[in-house]
Amino acid sequence: MDMRTPLGKVRGLGSAKNGTEHFWHQRVTAVSNVPLMLFFMFFIVRYAGAPYAEAVSALSNPFVAVVMALVVLSGLIHMRLGMQVVIEDYVHNDAVKLGLLMLNTFFAIIVGALCLFAILKIAFTG
Amino acid sequence: MANVTRSRPLSPHLQIYKPIPTMVMSILHRITGVALYFGTILVVAWLIAVASGEARYNSISWIFGTIPALLVLFGYSWALFHHMLGGIRHFMWDMGHGYEKSFSTKLAIGNMIGSICLTVLLWIVIYLVRF
Ligand code: HEM
Repeated sequence: MDMRTPLGKVRGLGSAKNGTEHFWHQRVTAVSNVPLMLFFMFFIVRYAGAPYAEAVSALSNPFVAVVMALVVLSGLIHMRLGMQVVIEDYVHNDAVKLGLLMLNTFFAIIVGALCLFAILKIAFTG
Repeated sequence: MANVTRSRPLSPHLQIYKPIPTMVMSILHRITGVALYFGTILVVAWLIAVASGEARYNSISWIFGTIPALLVLFGYSWALFHHMLGGIRHFMWDMGHGYEKSFSTKLAIGNMIGSICLTVLLWIVIYLVRF
């Protein structure tokens, strides 16, 4: 049995039916992006154009590999949410909008799978 | 009915207003966000190249070292700094601060100056580290 009052059940949901979740996840990932992207920039400064062996040995470090995976995950979740808003703002044809929203998700997941595989491969096989 | 909605007057949009700093920064936050979105292709290409062995890695290092690619990378790094500073402004607004007109205008200009300075600094450091 559900003990919640009707008002309690809908509080915070708003017209989009998923409440403030989207906004909130975008903020959470925006906050995590700040230190992660700073790390990413330091990494770029240090290893952009470095010899192959140096780049591989940097990414084989367990700390670097894990943080780099977090950079990718946080960045991709954030950008997927952000692009969703952009699409919803400008595309008003329902079919096109649905298609683009799907592509947005596919893009984020494919880029994520490729990045994570590459990071793990380097970390585990050097 | 459909007709009614279609011929409804539209509210004035971007091209009607004189651009002011806060407005330009707002649009740039979106543009840089979208640019970074597609910029992830650069990141994934680089990671895959490292994972694919020395020959691939050397090819991508060469490609990234050409002038057009360096311009793209320079733009990408500026977008990242600009969007990051813009995002920090958003945190401030989310907490309910910084809505005074003159302050938000100053901050918008500061955002632009800050992102340009940080980008130039980044590339100076990159070249100092490399050579
Ligand atoms: C570096 C740290 C970052 C911070 C602090 C940050 C912060 C934010 C915030 C607060 C928003 C919401 C803006 C709004 O509600 O109007 C946003 C939107 C967005 N962000 Fe980020 N972000 C960061 C990095 C990134 C990265 C790396 C990407 C892409 C790979 C990205 C892509 C986007 C996109 C596409 C949007 C939607 C733009 C819009 O709705 O106008 N962001 N960001």
